[in-house]
Amino acid sequence: MWKTIVRRTLIMIPQLFILSLLIFILAKQMPGDPFTGLITPETDPNVIEELRIKAGFYDPWYIQYYNWITNAAQGDFGQSYTFKKPVADIIGDRAMNTFLLSLLSVIFLYALAIPLGVLAGRYQESFLDKTIVLYSFISYAIPTFVLSLIFVYVFGYRLMWFPTNGTVDIGLDAGTWEYYWNKFYHLILPAGTYALLGTTGVIQYLRTEIIDAKTMDYVKTARSKGIPMKKVYSRHIFRNSLLPIAAFLGFTITGLLGGSIFIETVFAYPGMGKLFIESISGRDYSVITALVMLYGFLALLGSLLSDIILSIVDPRIRID
Amino acid sequence: MENKNEQTVAKLESQSSPPTGIQVILREFKKDKLALGSLIFIILLMVAVLVLSVVIDQAAVMKIQLLERFTEPGVRGYVLGADEAGRDMFGQLIIGAKNSILIAVAITIIANFVGIALGIIMGYYGGFIDNFFMRIIDFFITLPTTMIIIVVVTIIPSYGILDLILIIAAFQWMGTARLVRSKALSEARRDYISASKTMGTSDFAIMFKGLLPNLSSLLIVEVTLSFAGNVGIETGLSFLGFGLPPSTPSLGTLVSYAMNPIILSSKWWVWLPASILILVMMLGINYVGQALRRAADAKQRLG
Repeated sequence: MWKTIVRRTLIMIPQLFILSLLIFILAKQMPGDPFTGLITPETDPNVIEELRIKAGFYDPWYIQYYNWITNAAQGDFGQSYTFKKPVADIIGDRAMNTFLLSLLSVIFLYALAIPLGVLAGRYQESFLDKTIVLYSFISYAIPTFVLSLIFVYVFGYRLMWFPTNGTVDIGLDAGTWEYYWNKFYHLILPAGTYALLGTTGVIQYLRTEIIDAKTMDYVKTARSKGIPMKKVYSRHIFRNSLLPIAAFLGFTITGLLGGSIFIETVFAYPGMGKLFIESISGRDYSVITALVMLYGFLALLGSLLSDIILSIVDPRIRID
Repeated sequence: MENKNEQTVAKLESQSSPPTGIQVILREFKKDKLALGSLIFIILLMVAVLVLSVVIDQAAVMKIQLLERFTEPGVRGYVLGADEAGRDMFGQLIIGAKNSILIAVAITIIANFVGIALGIIMGYYGGFIDNFFMRIIDFFITLPTTMIIIVVVTIIPSYGILDLILIIAAFQWMGTARLVRSKALSEARRDYISASKTMGTSDFAIMFKGLLPNLSSLLIVEVTLSFAGNVGIETGLSFLGFGLPPSTPSLGTLVSYAMNPIILSSKWWVWLPASILILVMMLGINYVGQALRRAADAKQRLG
């Protein structure tokens, strides 16, 4: 097991290296350079040119790459053109919002998927099971942006139950109870939408796991000792099926990252996904580069996490 | 007497031979009325969209008529009303659907061609080739591809439909390759492959004449499901504004009109029909794919 974990962690190093190289090549293809943003009608072109030479703009690509990656490793991704601030500061502001949205989405997702998966597996082939399987199928097929829009329309504009944009209403003081409640209230609809769409994997996995567990020896032993079925489910089967579910956390993180662009755009939620779309529209290349690097890093981390948890809890799944 | 025996043997043989792939698929669809309904619906929908898009005068639909701004559905011959620029929504829906479907078809063909070919090569040869490509595939599968596609789209100075198809396809072959590889890996260890090898058949012939047909049921499932996925990716990108150029409508661009709060809240006919069309298309194709998957996997069959 330790061997697997160590090897899997070591694989991440070349993966990160290739990712950074890929992003560096993409960044080099983008028009302009970090100093284009400094150009105003009053600046002397020679001054900009000097800055370029000083910053190593005409150095060979490998030296440029080395400088970029060593700075990036220390959290320095340069300056944003549009905000005229260090990229790290801008992303930092938005990262907290995306983190909160993701956290609540994950909580909602598991709160919804675990009971549904357990029920579907327990009452296999019943009407309830068929309904849950149908729901998980539909949620798999619906594109995020379509359901998000329909929810904004129905719950935001028609029923007016939830706010449809932003993180918090204006005029509330930070630190008060109302402020935090309002923040949470803004998160319910986007996080709920994500949770509804992301349950398929967990439901399917739990359902199969519980159906399999029914025929296991430990369940038969428990039954033969006279333990009621209800208790066998809650104590034995559920506990055994729950650990592998933790492994889905990694996949959920990767899925969340992909969906965050759509969710944040539709709900006008100022997180990193929306920042990415804004930076693309504003051609703010240093922010784009930093965000792709960060998202790529988190996605790799998520898959690493899943593999590690799986190799710990489920000896059947060994990564060779 | 002799003759009669032969007939009995022939009869018994015909009874005991397993049903062919097509028969299994037909039987599966007969058992699952919802899947059969989805299949017929999807085919009818695509035929209707393609036929209507030929009949419709595209230039007339895209003509800006400010006087007809936000005409409500059913008024003055506008079946689904008109948008902000007075363009007929029904016509745009047909043209958009045609573009989205054709692009998804093209991506599916290209990505699956690469994925299937590479998957078979990896599974057949195994060893270094397999390891090498698997590392690449594992790496690309984890990446946030939507973001990278958007970045690539913005870097390309002037891109058209073909560029978009190629860019998306470049990031969609990995899943197919991985799946085909895992099946080809076990299939390539079978006796009939070894027999072909001893007979001196070329590797190319074994792979694409021996192996490929035996994976066909799996491939049909994979192609169907990836088609649904590609409809989702193209419409999603177009929704964000990074798919088709603005002059060419797609289902995604039509839905993106809803990013304007006024249109979203009070002009439902501009964005809702396209959203519903995407929804039913995704559901239908996925449902057909699931039925095919059951047909391909004996353990899951209904009948």
